[in-house]
Amino acid sequence: MSLFNVFNVAGSALNAETIRLNTTASNLANAESVNGDESKVYRARHPVFQTMMNTDEAGFDGQAAAVGVRVLGVVESKAPATMRYQPDHPLANKDGYVFMSNVNSIEEMTNMISANRSFATNVEAINTARDLLLKTIAMGH
Amino acid sequence: MFENIFGIHEQALLLHGQRIGVLATNMANADTPNFKARDIDFSEVLAGTDDSARLAMSTTQASHIAMNNAESAGGELKYRNPFQASLDGNTVEMPVEQAAFSENNVRYQASLMFINSKIAELQFVIAGQ
Repeated sequence: MSLFNVFNVAGSALNAETIRLNTTASNLANAESVNGDESKVYRARHPVFQTMMNTDEAGFDGQAAAVGVRVLGVVESKAPATMRYQPDHPLANKDGYVFMSNVNSIEEMTNMISANRSFATNVEAINTARDLLLKTIAMGH
Repeated sequence: MFENIFGIHEQALLLHGQRIGVLATNMANADTPNFKARDIDFSEVLAGTDDSARLAMSTTQASHIAMNNAESAGGELKYRNPFQASLDGNTVEMPVEQAAFSENNVRYQASLMFINSKIAELQFVIAGQ
């Protein structure tokens, strides 16, 4: 019964979007993090989504009709960390520089809105599938 | 008498149920790079269920294997043509998917309603009152 697949598919998307929201929260929290060593400074993290093609469900006409999404991994941004001359800073290196994290707050905010919308859409899909299933179960009453 | 009592709605209900899964997949993968949105061509599948629309194979000897095409709905999943290409190769357009999803939802409920009224009709006839 393919209607039950909607719960798996939309559920996997909810999980992936939650991870995306978590990385956004982590990035925003560390937006002002500084370090005296460029290699140790916080770098923005972003999840990489991938379609789960290896599903057991045969689905529509032999093709996997309902396939979910998963987070393949989390990559760190390669954008350069901003240098700031602050010789009085306790973490400043011997030349008087500190390195700021490369998090772009605006980018993170738009990412958060996008994840929020996707999450809401998938919740709606689950609600619809549930309503239809309940109506189908009540058939003939 | 009772084999085709619900008409097209029995198959339509199954098909719309499958289409919900396909559309949910599209929406779940709205942020997946290189994912291509797919959909079921309803009219093509509908044409496939009509025996007169194709050349039927007839069995003239007992050893012939009967070809029953009506059992499996024809057609296949097709890739959607996006209105605007996106840089990450993803062809899911959320408003299109949401519109298709709610349309499919209404059609599913319509088929369900037709089946329900048929059942009510039969119950009325059986009870004879």
